[in-house]
Amino acid sequence: MNLRMNFPGLRAIYQFEMARTWRTLFQSVVSPVVTTTLYFIVFGAAIGSRITEINGVTFAAFIIPGLIMLSILTESVSNASFGIHLPRFTGTIYELLSAPVSSLEVVLGYVGAAATKSIVLGFIILATARLFVDYDIAHPVAMVCILVVTAITFSLFGFIIGIWADNFEKLQFVPMLVITPLTFLGGSFYSIDMLPPFWRTLTLFNPVVYLISAFRWSFYDTADVPIGISIVMIFLFLTVCIGVVCWIFQTGYRLKN
Amino acid sequence: MPPDSDEKPARIANNSPESAISVSKLSKIYAGGHAALTDIDLEIRKGEIFALLGPNGAGKTTLISIICGIVSPTSGRITAGGDDVIRDYRKTRTKIGLVPQELTTDAFETVWNTVSFSRGLFGKKPDPAFIERTLRDLSLWDRKDSKIITLSGGMKRRVLIAKALSHEPEILFLDEPTAGVDVELRRGMWDMVRKLQETGVTIILTTHYIEEAEEMADRIGVINGGRIVLVEDKAALMKKLGKKELRLHLHHPMQTIPADLSGHDLALEGDGNTLVFTFDTQAERTGTTRLLGDLDRLEIRFSDLDTRQRSLEDIFVSVVGESS
Ligand SMILES: Nc1ncnc2c1ncn2[C@@H]1O[C@H](COP(=O)(O)OP(=O)(O)O)[C@@H](O)[C@H]1O
Ligand SMILES: [Mg+2]
Repeated sequence: MNLRMNFPGLRAIYQFEMARTWRTLFQSVVSPVVTTTLYFIVFGAAIGSRITEINGVTFAAFIIPGLIMLSILTESVSNASFGIHLPRFTGTIYELLSAPVSSLEVVLGYVGAAATKSIVLGFIILATARLFVDYDIAHPVAMVCILVVTAITFSLFGFIIGIWADNFEKLQFVPMLVITPLTFLGGSFYSIDMLPPFWRTLTLFNPVVYLISAFRWSFYDTADVPIGISIVMIFLFLTVCIGVVCWIFQTGYRLKN
Repeated sequence: MPPDSDEKPARIANNSPESAISVSKLSKIYAGGHAALTDIDLEIRKGEIFALLGPNGAGKTTLISIICGIVSPTSGRITAGGDDVIRDYRKTRTKIGLVPQELTTDAFETVWNTVSFSRGLFGKKPDPAFIERTLRDLSLWDRKDSKIITLSGGMKRRVLIAKALSHEPEILFLDEPTAGVDVELRRGMWDMVRKLQETGVTIILTTHYIEEAEEMADRIGVINGGRIVLVEDKAALMKKLGKKELRLHLHHPMQTIPADLSGHDLALEGDGNTLVFTFDTQAERTGTTRLLGDLDRLEIRFSDLDTRQRSLEDIFVSVVGESS
Protein backbone atom coordinates (compact mmCIF):
# COMPACT_ATOMS: atom_id res chain seq x y z
CA MET A 1 0.00 0.00 0.00
CA ASN A 2 2.46 2.60 1.16
CA LEU A 3 5.84 1.17 0.43
CA ARG A 4 7.69 4.43 0.46
CA MET A 5 8.86 5.40 3.91
CA ASN A 6 8.62 8.91 5.29
CA PHE A 7 12.25 9.06 6.39
CA PRO A 8 12.24 12.73 7.42
CA GLY A 9 9.23 11.90 9.57
CA LEU A 10 10.93 8.93 11.16
CA ARG A 11 14.05 10.99 11.77
CA ALA A 12 11.99 13.81 13.30
CA ILE A 13 10.35 11.47 15.80
CA TYR A 14 13.60 9.73 16.67
CA GLN A 15 15.52 12.96 17.13
CA PHE A 16 12.70 14.51 19.12
CA GLU A 17 12.77 11.58 21.52
CA MET A 18 16.54 11.60 21.76
CA ALA A 19 16.48 15.34 22.43
CA ARG A 20 14.19 14.66 25.36
CA THR A 21 16.89 12.35 26.69
CA TRP A 22 19.52 15.06 26.51
CA ARG A 23 17.21 17.52 28.22
CA THR A 24 16.74 15.07 31.06
CA LEU A 25 20.28 13.75 30.94
CA PHE A 26 20.69 13.48 34.66
CA GLN A 27 17.52 11.53 35.16
CA SER A 28 18.12 9.45 32.06
CA VAL A 29 21.71 8.35 32.46
CA VAL A 30 23.31 9.56 35.64
CA SER A 31 20.79 8.18 38.09
CA PRO A 32 20.86 4.57 36.80
CA VAL A 33 24.66 4.68 36.98
CA VAL A 34 24.52 5.85 40.58
CA THR A 35 21.97 3.13 41.39
CA THR A 36 24.16 0.48 39.80
CA THR A 37 27.15 1.64 41.78
CA LEU A 38 25.13 1.29 44.96
CA TYR A 39 24.16 -2.23 43.99
CA PHE A 40 27.81 -3.10 43.52
CA ILE A 41 28.75 -1.67 46.87
CA VAL A 42 25.91 -3.44 48.71
CA PHE A 43 25.62 -6.72 46.86
CA GLY A 44 29.04 -7.08 45.33
CA ALA A 45 31.32 -5.87 48.08
CA ALA A 46 29.35 -6.21 51.31
CA ILE A 47 27.26 -9.33 50.73
CA GLY A 48 29.37 -10.83 47.96
CA SER A 49 32.36 -11.22 50.26
CA ARG A 50 30.33 -13.77 52.24
CA ILE A 51 29.09 -15.71 49.23
CA THR A 52 31.31 -18.20 47.53
CA GLU A 53 31.57 -18.40 43.80
CA ILE A 54 28.48 -19.34 41.78
CA ASN A 55 29.21 -21.72 38.92
CA GLY A 56 32.85 -20.71 39.10
CA VAL A 57 32.16 -16.97 38.89
CA THR A 58 32.70 -14.54 41.76
CA PHE A 59 29.46 -13.11 43.11
CA ALA A 60 30.36 -9.55 42.11
CA ALA A 61 30.97 -10.65 38.53
CA PHE A 62 27.93 -12.93 38.61
CA ILE A 63 25.51 -10.08 39.23
CA ILE A 64 26.75 -7.85 36.39
CA PRO A 65 24.49 -9.30 33.65
CA GLY A 66 21.51 -9.21 36.03
CA LEU A 67 22.18 -5.60 36.96
CA ILE A 68 22.46 -4.56 33.34
CA MET A 69 19.22 -6.38 32.54
CA LEU A 70 17.48 -4.76 35.49
CA SER A 71 18.39 -1.32 34.15
CA ILE A 72 17.64 -2.15 30.53
CA LEU A 73 14.22 -3.53 31.33
CA THR A 74 13.08 -0.76 33.64
CA GLU A 75 14.56 2.01 31.49
CA SER A 76 13.20 0.63 28.22
CA VAL A 77 9.73 0.30 29.65
CA SER A 78 9.66 3.63 31.39
CA ASN A 79 11.24 5.58 28.51
CA ALA A 80 9.10 4.15 25.78
CA SER A 81 5.92 4.31 27.82
CA PHE A 82 6.58 7.90 28.86
CA GLY A 83 7.59 8.87 25.33
CA ILE A 84 4.24 7.92 23.81
CA HIS A 85 2.14 8.72 26.86
CA LEU A 86 3.30 12.33 27.07
CA PRO A 87 1.86 13.46 23.71
CA ARG A 88 -1.38 11.72 24.57
CA PHE A 89 -1.45 13.48 27.90
CA THR A 90 -0.61 16.94 26.57
CA GLY A 91 -2.68 16.54 23.41
CA THR A 92 0.24 17.01 21.02
CA ILE A 93 -0.57 13.55 19.65
CA TYR A 94 -2.90 15.39 17.27
CA GLU A 95 0.13 16.22 15.18
CA LEU A 96 1.35 12.64 15.00
CA LEU A 97 -2.09 11.42 14.04
CA SER A 98 -2.51 14.04 11.34
CA ALA A 99 0.97 13.58 9.88
CA PRO A 100 1.80 11.45 6.85
CA VAL A 101 3.59 8.88 8.99
CA SER A 102 2.67 5.22 9.11
CA SER A 103 2.44 3.22 12.30
CA LEU A 104 5.75 1.63 11.33
CA GLU A 105 7.50 4.98 11.39
CA VAL A 106 5.87 5.94 14.66
CA VAL A 107 6.96 2.70 16.32
CA LEU A 108 10.44 2.80 14.83
CA GLY A 109 10.84 6.38 16.03
CA TYR A 110 9.61 5.96 19.57
CA VAL A 111 10.82 2.43 20.20
CA GLY A 112 14.08 3.05 18.38
CA ALA A 113 14.85 6.06 20.54
CA ALA A 114 13.93 4.29 23.78
CA ALA A 115 15.97 1.23 22.80
CA THR A 116 18.96 3.35 21.80
CA LYS A 117 18.92 4.98 25.17
CA SER A 118 18.74 1.63 26.99
CA ILE A 119 21.54 0.15 24.94
CA VAL A 120 23.80 3.11 25.63
CA LEU A 121 22.87 2.80 29.27
CA GLY A 122 23.72 -0.91 29.24
CA PHE A 123 27.21 -0.13 27.99
CA ILE A 124 27.65 2.65 30.54
CA ILE A 125 26.78 0.20 33.31
CA LEU A 126 29.10 -2.37 31.85
CA ALA A 127 31.90 0.18 31.92
CA THR A 128 30.97 1.29 35.43
CA ALA A 129 31.13 -2.32 36.61
CA ARG A 130 34.69 -2.52 35.36
CA LEU A 131 35.66 -0.11 38.09
CA PHE A 132 34.57 -2.65 40.71
CA VAL A 133 35.24 -6.05 39.28
CA ASP A 134 37.04 -7.91 36.52
CA TYR A 135 34.84 -9.89 34.18
CA ASP A 136 35.13 -11.74 30.88
CA ILE A 137 32.65 -11.78 28.04
CA ALA A 138 32.67 -15.27 26.54
CA HIS A 139 30.36 -14.51 23.61
CA PRO A 140 30.63 -10.77 22.89
CA VAL A 141 28.55 -10.86 19.69
CA ALA A 142 25.77 -12.82 21.38
CA MET A 143 25.99 -10.44 24.34
CA VAL A 144 25.43 -7.41 22.12
CA CYS A 145 22.62 -9.16 20.24
CA ILE A 146 20.79 -10.13 23.42
CA LEU A 147 21.23 -6.62 24.76
CA VAL A 148 19.82 -5.06 21.60
CA VAL A 149 16.92 -7.48 21.19
CA THR A 150 15.97 -7.13 24.85
CA ALA A 151 16.10 -3.35 24.66
CA ILE A 152 13.86 -3.41 21.58
CA THR A 153 11.44 -5.92 23.06
CA PHE A 154 10.97 -4.05 26.29
CA SER A 155 10.77 -0.71 24.54
CA LEU A 156 7.92 -2.20 22.51
CA PHE A 157 6.40 -3.43 25.73
CA GLY A 158 6.78 0.06 27.19
CA PHE A 159 5.17 1.56 24.09
CA ILE A 160 2.17 -0.71 24.66
CA ILE A 161 2.00 0.31 28.32
CA GLY A 162 2.20 3.98 27.34
CA ILE A 163 -0.79 3.55 25.08
CA TRP A 164 -2.74 1.37 27.47
CA ALA A 165 -2.20 3.61 30.50
CA ASP A 166 -4.74 6.37 30.76
CA ASN A 167 -3.04 8.08 33.66
CA PHE A 168 0.41 8.53 35.13
CA GLU A 169 -0.21 6.13 38.02
CA LYS A 170 -0.69 3.25 35.62
CA LEU A 171 2.39 4.39 33.79
CA GLN A 172 4.46 4.15 36.95
CA PHE A 173 2.73 1.00 38.09
CA VAL A 174 4.10 -1.38 35.48
CA PRO A 175 7.83 -0.64 35.75
CA MET A 176 7.63 -0.48 39.53
CA LEU A 177 5.27 -3.30 40.37
CA VAL A 178 5.84 -5.64 37.45
CA ILE A 179 9.26 -5.22 35.88
CA THR A 180 11.32 -4.65 39.02
CA PRO A 181 9.89 -7.64 40.98
CA LEU A 182 10.13 -9.91 37.96
CA THR A 183 13.73 -8.90 37.45
CA PHE A 184 14.66 -9.30 41.09
CA LEU A 185 12.95 -12.67 41.21
CA GLY A 186 14.33 -13.60 37.81
CA GLY A 187 17.79 -14.45 39.03
CA SER A 188 19.52 -11.07 38.80
CA PHE A 189 21.34 -11.68 42.02
CA TYR A 190 21.25 -15.47 42.33
CA SER A 191 21.17 -18.62 40.29
CA ILE A 192 17.72 -20.12 40.22
CA ASP A 193 19.40 -23.44 40.99
CA MET A 194 19.81 -22.03 44.48
CA LEU A 195 16.03 -22.03 44.98
CA PRO A 196 13.95 -24.87 46.47
CA PRO A 197 12.35 -27.02 43.69
CA PHE A 198 8.84 -25.49 44.01
CA TRP A 199 10.08 -21.93 43.62
CA ARG A 200 12.41 -22.96 40.86
CA THR A 201 9.49 -24.34 38.85
CA LEU A 202 7.39 -21.26 39.56
CA THR A 203 10.25 -19.03 38.45
CA LEU A 204 10.22 -20.62 35.01
CA PHE A 205 6.96 -18.78 34.36
CA ASN A 206 8.85 -15.52 34.75
CA PRO A 207 9.95 -14.42 31.27
CA VAL A 208 12.78 -12.36 32.71
CA VAL A 209 14.51 -15.55 33.88
CA TYR A 210 15.23 -16.46 30.28
CA LEU A 211 16.63 -13.05 29.47
CA ILE A 212 18.96 -12.98 32.40
CA SER A 213 20.00 -16.56 31.92
CA ALA A 214 20.83 -15.98 28.27
CA PHE A 215 22.61 -12.75 29.01
CA ARG A 216 24.69 -14.36 31.74
CA TRP A 217 25.48 -17.19 29.39
CA SER A 218 26.95 -14.67 26.93
CA PHE A 219 29.26 -13.47 29.69
CA TYR A 220 30.28 -16.61 31.53
CA ASP A 221 29.12 -19.50 29.37
CA THR A 222 26.96 -20.86 32.18
CA ALA A 223 23.19 -20.68 32.25
CA ASP A 224 20.24 -21.55 34.49
CA VAL A 225 18.15 -22.46 31.48
CA PRO A 226 19.48 -24.00 28.25
CA ILE A 227 20.44 -21.15 25.92
CA GLY A 228 18.29 -22.50 23.08
CA ILE A 229 15.14 -22.31 25.18
CA SER A 230 16.07 -18.81 26.35
CA ILE A 231 16.47 -17.59 22.79
CA VAL A 232 13.13 -19.06 21.77
CA MET A 233 11.47 -17.34 24.75
CA ILE A 234 13.12 -14.01 23.95
CA PHE A 235 11.84 -14.08 20.38
CA LEU A 236 8.46 -15.30 21.51
CA PHE A 237 8.08 -12.26 23.73
CA LEU A 238 9.33 -10.00 20.95
CA THR A 239 6.76 -11.48 18.57
CA VAL A 240 3.94 -11.01 21.07
CA CYS A 241 4.89 -7.36 21.57
CA ILE A 242 5.05 -6.71 17.83
CA GLY A 243 1.67 -8.39 17.44
CA VAL A 244 0.07 -6.23 20.09
CA VAL A 245 1.53 -3.06 18.59
CA CYS A 246 0.17 -4.02 15.16
CA TRP A 247 -3.23 -4.59 16.71
CA ILE A 248 -3.10 -1.20 18.44
CA PHE A 249 -2.50 0.58 15.17
CA GLN A 250 -5.01 -1.43 13.23
CA THR A 251 -7.79 -0.68 15.68
CA GLY A 252 -6.61 2.77 16.75
CA TYR A 253 -6.93 1.51 20.33
CA ARG A 254 -6.70 4.46 22.74
CA LEU A 255 -5.24 6.55 19.95
CA LYS A 256 -8.28 7.55 17.94
CA ASN A 257 -11.88 8.13 18.87
CA MET B 1 8.17 13.20 0.45
CA PRO B 2 7.67 15.99 -2.06
CA PRO B 3 4.10 17.16 -2.49
CA ASP B 4 2.39 15.68 -5.48
CA SER B 5 2.50 18.07 -8.33
CA ASP B 6 0.56 15.81 -10.65
CA GLU B 7 -2.95 16.88 -9.74
CA LYS B 8 -5.66 14.83 -11.31
CA PRO B 9 -8.52 17.19 -12.12
CA ALA B 10 -10.30 14.39 -13.95
CA ARG B 11 -11.01 12.65 -10.68
CA ILE B 12 -12.65 15.61 -9.12
CA ALA B 13 -16.38 15.11 -9.07
CA ASN B 14 -17.33 18.72 -8.70
CA ASN B 15 -15.95 20.11 -11.96
CA SER B 16 -16.45 23.82 -11.47
CA PRO B 17 -14.54 25.22 -9.61
CA GLU B 18 -11.83 22.81 -8.53
CA SER B 19 -12.46 21.03 -5.28
CA ALA B 20 -9.89 21.00 -2.48
CA ILE B 21 -11.85 18.80 -0.09
CA SER B 22 -14.88 16.74 -0.75
CA VAL B 23 -16.90 15.19 2.05
CA SER B 24 -19.72 12.83 1.27
CA LYS B 25 -22.22 11.10 3.50
CA LEU B 26 -19.98 11.49 6.51
CA SER B 27 -21.32 10.40 9.88
CA LYS B 28 -19.66 10.06 13.23
CA ILE B 29 -21.03 8.32 16.27
CA TYR B 30 -18.67 8.49 19.23
CA ALA B 31 -18.05 5.43 21.38
CA GLY B 32 -20.56 6.68 23.93
CA GLY B 33 -23.28 6.56 21.25
CA HIS B 34 -23.39 10.30 20.66
CA ALA B 35 -24.04 11.17 17.01
CA ALA B 36 -21.65 14.09 16.53
CA LEU B 37 -22.04 14.27 12.74
CA THR B 38 -24.88 13.08 10.54
CA ASP B 39 -24.73 12.72 6.77
CA ILE B 40 -22.37 15.57 6.06
CA ASP B 41 -21.89 16.55 2.41
CA LEU B 42 -19.49 19.36 1.78
CA GLU B 43 -17.25 20.68 -0.97
CA ILE B 44 -14.41 23.05 -0.24
CA ARG B 45 -13.13 24.86 -3.29
CA LYS B 46 -9.51 25.37 -4.07
CA GLY B 47 -8.18 28.73 -2.93
CA GLU B 48 -11.19 29.84 -0.97
CA ILE B 49 -11.62 30.83 2.64
CA PHE B 50 -14.42 28.71 3.97
CA ALA B 51 -15.92 29.46 7.34
CA LEU B 52 -17.61 26.69 9.21
CA LEU B 53 -19.93 28.47 11.53
CA GLY B 54 -21.77 26.84 14.38
CA PRO B 55 -22.39 26.96 18.10
CA ASN B 56 -20.33 24.98 20.60
CA GLY B 57 -20.86 21.26 20.28
CA ALA B 58 -22.10 21.55 16.68
CA GLY B 59 -19.45 19.12 15.46
CA LYS B 60 -16.92 21.51 13.89
CA THR B 61 -13.88 20.04 15.60
CA THR B 62 -15.09 16.51 14.95
CA LEU B 63 -15.44 17.23 11.24
CA ILE B 64 -11.97 18.73 11.00
CA SER B 65 -10.49 15.93 13.09
CA ILE B 66 -11.90 13.30 10.76
CA ILE B 67 -10.60 15.06 7.66
CA CYS B 68 -7.15 15.30 9.26
CA GLY B 69 -7.05 11.71 10.48
CA ILE B 70 -7.31 12.29 14.23
CA VAL B 71 -10.77 10.79 14.60
CA SER B 72 -12.08 7.80 12.65
CA PRO B 73 -15.32 8.29 10.73
CA THR B 74 -18.21 5.94 11.38
CA SER B 75 -19.23 6.07 7.73
CA GLY B 76 -18.75 8.22 4.66
CA ARG B 77 -15.90 9.25 2.47
CA ILE B 78 -13.54 12.19 2.26
CA THR B 79 -11.15 13.14 -0.49
CA ALA B 80 -8.54 15.88 -0.58
CA GLY B 81 -7.39 16.88 -4.05
CA GLY B 82 -9.13 13.76 -5.32
CA ASP B 83 -7.31 11.37 -2.99
CA ASP B 84 -9.02 9.40 -0.26
CA VAL B 85 -7.90 10.71 3.12
CA ILE B 86 -7.77 7.23 4.60
CA ARG B 87 -6.43 5.10 1.76
CA ASP B 88 -4.02 7.71 0.40
CA TYR B 89 -3.31 9.33 3.72
CA ARG B 90 0.31 10.06 2.92
CA LYS B 91 -0.62 12.10 -0.12
CA THR B 92 -3.49 13.95 1.50
CA ARG B 93 -1.85 14.66 4.84
CA THR B 94 1.22 16.08 3.13
CA LYS B 95 -1.09 18.71 1.67
CA ILE B 96 -2.94 19.55 4.85
CA GLY B 97 -1.95 21.66 7.83
CA LEU B 98 -3.96 21.83 11.02
CA VAL B 99 -4.06 24.42 13.78
CA PRO B 100 -6.00 22.76 16.59
CA GLN B 101 -8.50 24.48 18.81
CA GLU B 102 -6.64 23.75 22.03
CA LEU B 103 -3.21 25.25 22.69
CA THR B 104 -1.47 21.89 22.81
CA THR B 105 2.29 22.31 22.67
CA ASP B 106 5.46 20.67 23.88
CA ALA B 107 6.07 23.04 26.74
CA PHE B 108 9.80 22.44 27.06
CA GLU B 109 10.69 22.58 23.40
CA THR B 110 12.00 25.73 21.79
CA VAL B 111 9.96 27.43 19.10
CA TRP B 112 12.58 26.67 16.48
CA ASN B 113 12.82 22.99 17.36
CA THR B 114 9.12 22.36 17.50
CA VAL B 115 8.54 23.99 14.11
CA SER B 116 11.47 22.10 12.56
CA PHE B 117 10.11 18.91 14.06
CA SER B 118 6.75 19.47 12.39
CA ARG B 119 8.36 20.00 9.01
CA GLY B 120 10.25 16.73 9.33
CA LEU B 121 7.23 14.86 10.60
CA PHE B 122 5.32 15.87 7.49
CA GLY B 123 8.05 14.44 5.32
CA LYS B 124 9.88 17.57 4.24
CA LYS B 125 13.62 18.03 4.10
CA PRO B 126 14.98 20.66 6.49
CA ASP B 127 14.77 24.20 5.14
CA PRO B 128 15.99 26.68 7.76
CA ALA B 129 15.41 29.62 5.42
CA PHE B 130 11.74 28.72 5.01
CA ILE B 131 11.27 28.26 8.73
CA GLU B 132 12.95 31.57 9.39
CA ARG B 133 10.58 33.29 6.97
CA THR B 134 7.57 31.62 8.57
CA LEU B 135 8.65 32.66 12.05
CA ARG B 136 9.32 36.20 10.90
CA ASP B 137 5.93 36.43 9.21
CA LEU B 138 4.31 35.37 12.45
CA SER B 139 6.46 37.74 14.55
CA LEU B 140 8.02 34.82 16.37
CA TRP B 141 11.58 35.23 15.14
CA ASP B 142 12.72 37.03 18.31
CA ARG B 143 11.44 34.14 20.35
CA LYS B 144 12.79 31.31 18.25
CA ASP B 145 15.03 30.04 21.05
CA SER B 146 12.46 30.48 23.79
CA LYS B 147 10.83 27.49 25.38
CA ILE B 148 7.17 27.40 24.48
CA ILE B 149 6.14 27.41 28.12
CA THR B 150 7.47 30.97 28.42
CA LEU B 151 5.23 32.32 25.65
CA SER B 152 1.89 34.09 25.95
CA GLY B 153 -1.31 32.47 24.71
CA GLY B 154 -1.34 34.52 21.52
CA MET B 155 2.24 33.52 20.78
CA LYS B 156 1.50 29.86 21.44
CA ARG B 157 -1.33 30.08 18.94
CA ARG B 158 1.11 31.50 16.42
CA VAL B 159 3.59 28.71 17.17
CA LEU B 160 0.85 26.24 16.32
CA ILE B 161 0.22 28.14 13.10
CA ALA B 162 3.94 28.05 12.29
CA LYS B 163 3.95 24.32 12.91
CA ALA B 164 0.96 23.85 10.64
CA LEU B 165 2.63 25.94 7.91
CA SER B 166 6.06 24.36 8.32
CA HIS B 167 5.48 21.79 5.59
CA GLU B 168 4.02 24.28 3.12
CA PRO B 169 0.48 22.85 3.04
CA GLU B 170 -1.99 23.64 0.29
CA ILE B 171 -4.91 23.39 2.66
CA LEU B 172 -4.97 24.90 6.12
CA PHE B 173 -7.48 24.17 8.85
CA LEU B 174 -7.84 26.71 11.61
CA ASP B 175 -10.06 25.46 14.41
CA GLU B 176 -11.41 28.49 16.25
CA PRO B 177 -8.26 30.51 15.65
CA THR B 178 -9.50 33.56 17.48
CA ALA B 179 -11.36 32.04 20.41
CA GLY B 180 -10.27 33.93 23.49
CA VAL B 181 -8.02 36.22 21.45
CA ASP B 182 -8.29 39.98 21.93
CA VAL B 183 -9.50 42.27 19.19
CA GLU B 184 -6.11 43.46 18.03
CA LEU B 185 -4.69 39.95 17.75
CA ARG B 186 -7.84 38.87 15.98
CA ARG B 187 -7.30 41.51 13.31
CA GLY B 188 -3.71 40.31 12.98
CA MET B 189 -4.94 36.77 12.52
CA TRP B 190 -7.37 37.82 9.82
CA ASP B 191 -4.64 39.69 7.96
CA MET B 192 -2.43 36.64 8.13
CA VAL B 193 -5.19 34.41 6.80
CA ARG B 194 -5.82 36.75 3.88
CA LYS B 195 -2.12 36.83 3.04
CA LEU B 196 -2.04 33.07 3.06
CA GLN B 197 -4.97 32.95 0.73
CA GLU B 198 -3.10 35.23 -1.65
CA THR B 199 -0.35 32.63 -1.83
CA GLY B 200 -2.91 30.09 -2.99
CA VAL B 201 -3.63 28.26 0.25
CA THR B 202 -7.15 26.99 0.76
CA ILE B 203 -8.33 27.91 4.24
CA ILE B 204 -11.05 26.35 6.31
CA LEU B 205 -11.71 28.04 9.60
CA THR B 206 -14.25 27.25 12.23
CA THR B 207 -15.73 29.86 14.41
CA HIS B 208 -18.72 30.65 16.48
CA TYR B 209 -18.17 34.35 15.95
CA ILE B 210 -20.44 35.43 13.16
CA GLU B 211 -18.49 38.62 12.60
CA GLU B 212 -15.46 36.52 11.89
CA ALA B 213 -17.17 34.50 9.20
CA GLU B 214 -18.67 37.70 7.81
CA GLU B 215 -15.30 39.42 7.79
CA MET B 216 -13.19 36.60 6.44
CA ALA B 217 -15.04 34.04 4.43
CA ASP B 218 -15.73 33.63 0.74
CA ARG B 219 -18.25 30.97 1.59
CA ILE B 220 -19.97 30.05 4.78
CA GLY B 221 -21.25 26.71 5.97
CA VAL B 222 -23.54 26.65 8.95
CA ILE B 223 -23.39 23.52 11.07
CA ASN B 224 -25.71 22.73 13.92
CA GLY B 225 -26.34 19.55 15.84
CA GLY B 226 -23.97 17.62 13.58
CA ARG B 227 -25.72 18.58 10.36
CA ILE B 228 -24.76 21.07 7.70
CA VAL B 229 -27.69 23.40 7.67
CA LEU B 230 -26.63 25.63 4.84
CA VAL B 231 -23.68 26.40 2.56
CA GLU B 232 -23.63 29.64 0.61
CA ASP B 233 -21.38 32.23 -0.91
CA LYS B 234 -21.20 34.89 1.71
CA ALA B 235 -22.38 37.56 -0.67
CA ALA B 236 -25.26 35.42 -1.89
CA LEU B 237 -26.15 34.54 1.65
CA MET B 238 -26.23 38.17 2.62
CA LYS B 239 -28.36 38.93 -0.39
CA LYS B 240 -30.65 35.98 -0.07
CA LEU B 241 -31.36 36.36 3.54
CA GLY B 242 -30.10 39.88 3.89
CA LYS B 243 -33.18 41.93 4.43
CA LYS B 244 -32.80 45.54 5.29
CA GLU B 245 -34.46 47.42 8.03
CA LEU B 246 -35.68 50.99 7.81
CA ARG B 247 -35.78 52.48 11.27
CA LEU B 248 -37.87 55.56 11.86
CA HIS B 249 -37.40 57.51 15.07
CA LEU B 250 -40.85 58.87 15.87
CA HIS B 251 -41.70 62.29 17.20
CA HIS B 252 -44.50 60.85 19.30
CA PRO B 253 -44.25 57.31 20.62
CA MET B 254 -46.94 54.85 19.57
CA GLN B 255 -48.64 52.19 21.66
CA THR B 256 -49.80 50.14 18.71
CA ILE B 257 -49.31 50.19 15.00
CA PRO B 258 -52.29 51.94 13.38
CA ALA B 259 -54.62 49.62 11.48
CA ASP B 260 -54.12 51.75 8.36
CA LEU B 261 -50.52 50.56 8.26
CA SER B 262 -51.27 46.85 8.58
CA GLY B 263 -50.23 46.26 4.96
CA HIS B 264 -46.60 46.95 5.84
CA ASP B 265 -44.11 44.69 7.63
CA LEU B 266 -43.75 46.85 10.71
CA ALA B 267 -42.69 46.47 14.30
CA LEU B 268 -42.34 48.83 17.22
CA GLU B 269 -39.19 49.05 19.26
CA GLY B 270 -37.81 51.16 22.09
CA ASP B 271 -41.09 51.79 23.99
CA GLY B 272 -42.81 52.72 20.80
CA ASN B 273 -40.25 55.36 19.87
CA THR B 274 -38.92 53.50 16.86
CA LEU B 275 -40.91 52.10 14.02
CA VAL B 276 -39.01 49.32 12.22
CA PHE B 277 -39.84 48.48 8.64
CA THR B 278 -38.28 45.31 7.21
CA PHE B 279 -37.97 45.04 3.45
CA ASP B 280 -36.28 42.88 0.89
CA THR B 281 -33.59 44.70 -1.06
CA GLN B 282 -33.93 42.17 -3.87
CA ALA B 283 -37.63 42.66 -4.36
CA GLU B 284 -38.93 44.58 -7.34
CA ARG B 285 -40.75 46.98 -5.07
CA THR B 286 -39.34 47.46 -1.64
CA GLY B 287 -42.48 49.23 -0.45
CA THR B 288 -40.59 52.11 1.13
CA THR B 289 -42.15 54.78 -1.00
CA ARG B 290 -45.63 53.51 -0.31
CA LEU B 291 -44.90 53.35 3.42
CA LEU B 292 -43.54 56.87 3.52
CA GLY B 293 -46.59 58.08 1.59
CA ASP B 294 -48.92 56.36 4.05
CA LEU B 295 -47.06 57.82 7.02
CA ASP B 296 -47.35 61.26 5.51
CA ARG B 297 -51.07 60.79 4.93
CA LEU B 298 -51.57 59.69 8.56
CA GLU B 299 -49.42 62.60 9.70
CA ILE B 300 -47.00 60.39 11.56
CA ARG B 301 -43.87 62.45 11.89
CA PHE B 302 -40.37 61.20 12.50
CA SER B 303 -37.23 63.03 13.52
CA ASP B 304 -34.70 60.69 11.93
CA LEU B 305 -34.36 57.55 9.92
CA ASP B 306 -31.67 55.04 9.11
CA THR B 307 -31.36 51.73 7.35
CA ARG B 308 -29.50 48.70 8.55
CA GLN B 309 -28.38 45.49 6.84
CA ARG B 310 -29.42 42.42 8.77
CA SER B 311 -26.23 40.90 10.08
CA LEU B 312 -25.14 37.31 9.70
CA GLU B 313 -26.04 36.97 13.32
CA ASP B 314 -29.69 37.56 12.55
CA ILE B 315 -29.45 35.17 9.63
CA PHE B 316 -27.72 32.61 11.78
CA VAL B 317 -30.32 32.82 14.49
CA SER B 318 -33.10 32.34 11.98
CA VAL B 319 -31.35 29.46 10.16
CA VAL B 320 -30.37 27.60 13.31
CA GLY B 321 -33.77 28.31 14.77
CA GLU B 322 -35.47 26.71 11.78
CA SER B 323 -33.22 23.67 11.82
CA SER B 324 -33.58 22.79 15.46
N1 LIG C 1 -14.13 12.21 22.19
C1 LIG C 1 -15.45 12.38 22.26
N2 LIG C 1 -16.24 11.43 22.78
C2 LIG C 1 -17.56 11.60 22.84
N3 LIG C 1 -18.21 12.69 22.43
C3 LIG C 1 -17.48 13.69 21.91
C4 LIG C 1 -16.06 13.59 21.79
N4 LIG C 1 -15.60 14.74 21.24
C5 LIG C 1 -16.67 15.51 21.03
N5 LIG C 1 -17.80 14.89 21.42
C6 LIG C 1 -19.17 15.42 21.31
O1 LIG C 1 -19.46 15.62 19.95
C7 LIG C 1 -20.16 16.84 19.77
C8 LIG C 1 -19.41 17.72 18.82
O2 LIG C 1 -18.23 18.17 19.43
P1 LIG C 1 -17.19 19.09 18.68
O3 LIG C 1 -16.90 18.50 17.36
O4 LIG C 1 -16.06 19.32 19.59
O5 LIG C 1 -18.02 20.42 18.49
P2 LIG C 1 -17.54 21.92 18.19
O6 LIG C 1 -16.11 21.87 17.77
O7 LIG C 1 -18.45 22.40 17.11
O8 LIG C 1 -17.73 22.70 19.45
C9 LIG C 1 -20.34 17.45 21.16
O9 LIG C 1 -21.62 17.11 21.62
C10 LIG C 1 -19.29 16.77 21.98
O10 LIG C 1 -19.71 16.65 23.31
MG1 LIG D 1 -14.49 22.77 18.53
